[in-house]
Amino acid sequence: MGLQAYLILAAVVFGIGLFGVMTRRNTIGILLGIELMLNAVNINLVAFARFSGSEVGMIFTVFAICITVAEAAMGLAIVILLFRIRRTVMADHLDLLKG
Amino acid sequence: MAETIGFWAVAVVLVGSALAVVLSKNLFHSVLWLALALTGTAGVFLLLDAEFLAAVQLLLYAGGIITIVVFAIVVTERLVGERITQTNRRITAGAVTSLALIALVVSAITRQPLATAREPLTTDLTRTIGESVLTRFVLPFELLGVLMLAAMLGAVYFARPED
Repeated sequence: MGLQAYLILAAVVFGIGLFGVMTRRNTIGILLGIELMLNAVNINLVAFARFSGSEVGMIFTVFAICITVAEAAMGLAIVILLFRIRRTVMADHLDLLKG
Repeated sequence: MAETIGFWAVAVVLVGSALAVVLSKNLFHSVLWLALALTGTAGVFLLLDAEFLAAVQLLLYAGGIITIVVFAIVVTERLVGERITQTNRRITAGAVTSLALIALVVSAITRQPLATAREPLTTDLTRTIGESVLTRFVLPFELLGVLMLAAMLGAVYFARPED
């Protein structure tokens, strides 16, 4: 399979993740959509690195995976904190910043 | 030939489980489908000869993130088992936007002259990654350690008991 097939697969997964981010009501569901989108990006990075013949590019994926893990840990910590303050994790009800 | 079959199998698993993640009514089921999607991504990495990244993907994502997401759901979900609607009213707008984005990106990809074949590997990929992390990319690697420490401290600070 050529590079094109991998890029299209990643684009489809990215779109599905974007759909999840836009339509989920639960904040944790939104985070799951973000995870899908970041995964699609990682597929792109690895595919480009492999097909360009310069495998050092895969280092980028190592960093992206680690940063994603940190992001998920922080995001879930914020969700738990929000739940403690508002007793809900539904994004529609989280309007603390609205004056 | 084997690669083509493997690619289509992984692609079907990945897209199917990704759809299940965003469409499932129960958030717990979503997380379990996400675990399958992340494993499918590890399969894609294997197809691209990146065994080390596939292992990292399974350990960090399918092992780590799934566990903490399940914990977060257990802590925050008061309505387990209750049939609450998980999607908001903008489902049509979301579908239209996502499909438009996919169509745009795919049309851009198909118009580019992209590589159709890859050269066989001459070096050990895991060795290449390991060596460059500790030589050429040692500074970003150390910064990544600082970032992980900051994230850990931040998570502990946020999750501290109320006083």
